[in-house]
Amino acid sequence: MKKTFLDRHRAGCPDHVARASCPPPNQNQAFILPLAAATAEPSLFSPEFLPRLPQRLVEMILTNFGVPDWLVTIAGFLVAAGTVVAVFLSAFALLSLIERKTLARAQNRIGPNRAGWFGILQPVADGIKMLTKEDIVPAKAEKFLHLLAPILIVVPAILALGVIPYGREWTPVPLELGLVFFFAVGSLTELSVFMAGWASGSKFPMLGAMRAISQMVSYELPLIISALGVIMVSGTLSLPHIVDLQGGFQLGFIPSWNIFTPWGLFAGLLFYICSIAEANRCPFDLPEGESEIVAGHMTEYSGFKYALFFMGEYLGLLAIAGLFVTLFLGGWQAPLPGLGFVPTWFWFFGKLALVIFSYLWIRATYPRVRIDQLMRFAWLCMIPMALLTLPAAGIWHFTGRGLLSWVVVLPLMLVPWVIVAVIFNRRLATTTRTYRFADT
Amino acid sequence: MKIKLPGLGLLEGLAVTGKNMVQSFYKKERMTTVQYPEERAPISPNFRNFPFLVYDKDPQAGLRCTACSICEKECPPQCIYIVLERDENGKSLKRPKVFDIDISVCMNCGICAEVCPFDSIYMDGEYEMSTDDRFGGLLLGLDRLSKSAEYHMKLRPEQASEVMARRKADEEKKAAAAAAKAAKAKADAEAKKAAEQEKGGEA
Repeated sequence: MKKTFLDRHRAGCPDHVARASCPPPNQNQAFILPLAAATAEPSLFSPEFLPRLPQRLVEMILTNFGVPDWLVTIAGFLVAAGTVVAVFLSAFALLSLIERKTLARAQNRIGPNRAGWFGILQPVADGIKMLTKEDIVPAKAEKFLHLLAPILIVVPAILALGVIPYGREWTPVPLELGLVFFFAVGSLTELSVFMAGWASGSKFPMLGAMRAISQMVSYELPLIISALGVIMVSGTLSLPHIVDLQGGFQLGFIPSWNIFTPWGLFAGLLFYICSIAEANRCPFDLPEGESEIVAGHMTEYSGFKYALFFMGEYLGLLAIAGLFVTLFLGGWQAPLPGLGFVPTWFWFFGKLALVIFSYLWIRATYPRVRIDQLMRFAWLCMIPMALLTLPAAGIWHFTGRGLLSWVVVLPLMLVPWVIVAVIFNRRLATTTRTYRFADT
Repeated sequence: MKIKLPGLGLLEGLAVTGKNMVQSFYKKERMTTVQYPEERAPISPNFRNFPFLVYDKDPQAGLRCTACSICEKECPPQCIYIVLERDENGKSLKRPKVFDIDISVCMNCGICAEVCPFDSIYMDGEYEMSTDDRFGGLLLGLDRLSKSAEYHMKLRPEQASEVMARRKADEEKKAAAAAAKAAKAKADAEAKKAAEQEKGGEA
């Protein structure tokens, strides 16, 4: 029998990863994996199963009423989607407040503290304000596309949130090709951004959309390439399996997450930087550079459509941070041994909160980069470095993932990084700008 | 040449904002925010806003203003309107019957306070003057303009105490002059009397 890559991978799986949790060879595999809960059915109200409680309740009730199975499955997925939307819309509201509070603290201010206790009702107040504002459609706008763009920017973010494993027992839609789905859906954001820019029928949205497209396309490449290393080492595209493979501990206490491998550290760093750029966050928030192009593709939007753009942006941020946690930070795996009693989704959301906080911290610190710096950084630095993670991941896998691999892979990654960093430091940081007329 | 590790500057920047973030929770001097409606920052003695009129003791009789109308004439945007109070014979009572300042016109220049020879008008420190009545609410009459000398002392102690000292000295001088005048008048009267008696005696 011809050995597939997955077979070899399974044989090469280190001892700390349970062989059984290695992904099965995907020959004639069902497109949607069977739900993990189908194998083990614990008590209804255990904390581990809390996020799936609505779905399971609906499924149980419908089964009791004799509804056909396919209808029960669809209803279950709908309820799971509802849970995801509810959780992440409240997370969006909370995040908009926490962001303002954090930025305020970084600038020695207090931040919103008038609406409710410590400003907890500020998102509600913002929402009411946005809803009661006038909805202006420019005379030159393409009316239908102008309406469609803000809707289409929220939809992919919510779709992408559906495939992320939030806990051992809770992946809303456990797709076999979850990672591909995530990136495919994530690219839709670019479409809607350009739709918004084009449909507004005005200069600034058009320019902002052009910028946004060039930035997002440029940073999507290293984003996906740095994720490829994870796919190579895990041998699967299914996000729950990728998290499964990151279980266990090395030397008894170091979690065997991908970030704690020599290639994963650098790939994770690249992925992190690209995720900031993909989410249009500071310092890569050129699409909405207020000082240059008003608000980019959002210039001609007002009221609730404007709020929808923000919602899409924040949901996209949560989704990409969730993917970063899943691919590199071990998803829902506990950070230390002996913490099995804590529900796994707690670890996921804890890590997600940390990553989001790091985004806020970066936003509080760095100024916006110039467009030429941004593009040069993507094409001359990020993509070559991302390509370098592919052989590194391969070498890491085929040298046995042990001490030998560390000795081989770490210099392989570190040396080019230092060289590129020094070159870029010299090229970018030390160039003094000359002015043609003012310097004479 | 000092070789700086690439990327170190980024971490330094993060450290700065991180320090701000953490220290703003426990260091008093970092948080300079004044929670405005509940607390107010103290205003400087040099702060000047719209004018007010000073009175000593009694708000009616103690008003220092004599309705001389110098401020009315000097006011560049002409926001002051004064009517002199007269008794039934048409004689001046040396106090204003009407003293209006339209603060929607006033430009806070302080010329009225500079030209006043009676230490009567000064610039106020009150800044919460917004109102929903844009005619009556912004036209300050005597009732809202007159404020006590103690208020002035509290608002601007240096200036007020100097003014008080000068006024006291003036008053003393005036009293002394009056006393001297009275003494002189008395002496004159006595001399007259004596002369008359002398005259009478002669007669």
